[in-house]
Parts: sequence; structure tokens; C-alpha cells
Amino acid sequence: MNTPNSAQQATPTGAMIKALGLVSAVCGLIIVGSYQGTLSAVADNKRIALERAVFKVIPHAKTVSEFYALPGARIEPVKAGDPPAGAVKFYAAYDENNALAGIAAEAAAKGYADIVRVLFGYSPECQCITGIGVVSMRETPGIGDKILIDKDFLANFKELDVKLNADLSALANEVKTVKHGSKTQPWQIDAIAGATVTSRAVGRGINDSAQALLPRLVPNLEQLRTKP
Amino acid sequence: MMNTNVPSTWEEFTEGLWERNPIFVMVLGMCPTMAVTVSAINSISMGLATTFVLAASCWLVSLLRHAIPKEVRIASYIGIIATFVTVTDYAIQALSLSLYEALGAYIQLIVANCLVLGRAEAHAAKVSPWPATVNATGMGLGFTLGLTMIGGVREILGNGTFFGLSLFGEHFQPWVVMVLPPGGFFVMGGWLLVFALWRARKARLAAASAEGVQHGA
Repeated sequence: MNTPNSAQQATPTGAMIKALGLVSAVCGLIIVGSYQGTLSAVADNKRIALERAVFKVIPHAKTVSEFYALPGARIEPVKAGDPPAGAVKFYAAYDENNALAGIAAEAAAKGYADIVRVLFGYSPECQCITGIGVVSMRETPGIGDKILIDKDFLANFKELDVKLNADLSALANEVKTVKHGSKTQPWQIDAIAGATVTSRAVGRGINDSAQALLPRLVPNLEQLRTKP
Repeated sequence: MMNTNVPSTWEEFTEGLWERNPIFVMVLGMCPTMAVTVSAINSISMGLATTFVLAASCWLVSLLRHAIPKEVRIASYIGIIATFVTVTDYAIQALSLSLYEALGAYIQLIVANCLVLGRAEAHAAKVSPWPATVNATGMGLGFTLGLTMIGGVREILGNGTFFGLSLFGEHFQPWVVMVLPPGGFFVMGGWLLVFALWRARKARLAAASAEGVQHGA
């Protein structure tokens, strides 16, 4: 394959590599520059968003500290870098006197369209869940997203029982979503009529998260009573 | 050699705003058009993000147009576009996390918006940086206008609000379908119909006045 015409018009290999190198260098500078320039503002925004979410489920809270609950019922403050293996993240919220106002943690389960992620507030005093807020979801507008506003549904989370069993290894009663209107126990969640799949996702997410977190957290509550 | 057909800055700017509107005339970039236009504010934000990527990419493509051989131009353009999408991504995270979550993956998907690569290839690579940037800004604002016209209708009908302000009071029953994907197609189709009728009427009037001149002569 040796056609003199195309050989005349072709760009030399070196020029192509040089051009791509130039484009990469310019693009690289712009990307790294903008990353560095926005880093602190992005970190601030993430912190504010977290605080806002936690304060919503724990009303008296003024500050938030992040912790990991580790296997073997240990807890430690969150440090920079990757989380330790098997760690469950939770947030300890403190009031203006630096006394523990409540614990918040994230729960996630597959809903109708995508993963439904909620943040729930846990009160050590009543050993119950005292409020939920949605972190992210893509449920059907007007149907699944009623979990945000439906008063009867949100009333489930004023005092949802998540007591541990006698040896503190699991919940005494699994949190369970039941059909609309058939709630009889304090650990049951009354589903929204017509949005059962999303309601179940919230229940399943909270149950999984509470089962994983509370057996590790409850033995260590004394450590958390005052702000570290 | 002077070319008498060189468009003025104003003509470059308005080309994309109306005459060749990316959404209603060229029908480009339909992926974000359908996906993020559930509310007017999301539409404006997405439109402005795309405008920034479009203008900045076209400026840089035009600036480097003599340094980029045609064999490697697509790879270079995509690299440049991806760079400015990354910049936009960081900037939106720094401005508002809730907006960032509302727009979701569609910010990153600006890389694959055919409007951006299309304008880089068809226009910016052939002209100097100033007209390239002006034309791209006009195209971007035309895209923003189109998105907001769709997003506004969908928000009003599907949620009873406009820019978050309640319009009809408590008794309004929202048309949920409007904020679901099919609603995007309904509203898009409705606007295309309005534009088609308007163009047909304009053509008929032009034909009628031409005929009138003939008869009068």
C-alpha cells in the first residue's frame, strides 16, 4: 500500500503526537487548577449539607461528629482516608452544652426506581428512632415521594421501637413494614397505600442499618455522652 | 481577501438563539432535554452549565485549530470538552450541592451532548476565537431558552409551581405524567407543533404578500 498522493497530504506522526500532547497538557492544567480552586468550597458545602440533614432528624443538635462502628463492638472517630474494613458510619449529634442529643445513621434499600437512602435519628433514651429524612431517591413523583410528606407515614418514625435483645446481639424485634392500616406493634411501619414498594424499602433499609449498627453502638454509648 | 459573507458579531450571537435554535430547530442534545426539564430552575441551571462548556470548548478549539491535525481532531475536541465539563462539575459542587444532586449524572453527560461536539467540529474549528465563542454562547443561550420553555411548562402542569412559587393554591391536582419521562415528549412535541405552525403561517404570509405585489404590478 504505497499511494504517493495520500503520503503527500498525511500529517507526520510526530506532529500528531505533539498536538495530542499539547491538548493533554492544557487540559490537565485546567482540570487540576479548578480542582484545587474549588476543593475547600466543596468540602464546606458537604459539611453544611450533612449538618442540615442531621439537624433535621435530631432537632436539638448544634454540632455533629462522625464515627465508625467497628466489628467487635468498638467505635472510633472518622479519620481521613479509606474506612476500616466492615465499618458502619454514624453521626453523633451534640447540643449547645456538648451533651449527646442523638445518633444519626444512613439506611439504604432498593425502592421502586433506584436505591432509597434515608437518614434516621436514634434516641438512646427511648431506644427508638425519632425521625427520618430522605438523603436521595428517584421514586415516582406524586407516588413514591410521598415518604417525604405523608403525615401518617412520618408519624411511624416519631417513636419506632428498635430495642436490642437481652445479649445486645440484634434487635429484639425486626423493623417491618406492614400493609396500610394494619400496624399493631411499635416496631412496625404502616405503609403508604399505593406506595408500598417505597415504604418497604424504607423499612428494610432501617432494619438492616439498625441491625448492623446498634449492637456495636449501644455498649459504647457512655463514651459518646459528651462531645470528644 | 475580504469575504462579504462574514456574519457580524450580532448575527453570530443570534443564530443559535432563534433562527437555528438547538432544541426546536436543530433538535440536538435531546438526552438532557428530556431528563432534567422537570422544573424551570433545573432547566436554567443545566442550560447555563452547557452554555459554559460550549463557549469555553469552542474558544479553546478555535484557539488551537492550527495546532491540531485533522487526524486527531475528534480525540482532541473530546478531551477539551471533557475538561470543561469537569470544571463545571467542580464549580456546581462548590456552588450548591442540592443543585448538583438534582442534575445528577447529566452534568457529566454534557461530554456526550452532540450539540457541543457538533458546534466545535462544524463551526469553532473553522473560525477565529471571537466569533467561535460568540456563536457558541448564543447557541448555549438558545439551548437554555429551549430547556426553560419545556421545563417551565412541565413544572407548571406537573407540580403547580413556577420557579418553586405555587401558582394555583392547594386544590390544584398536579398532572404527574408531566414530570415523568412521557411528559417531556408531550411538551417537546407541543412546542415543535407551535413552532411548525408559526413557520407555516410566516411562509403563507410571505407568499401572500409576494402575490399581492405581483397583482398590484
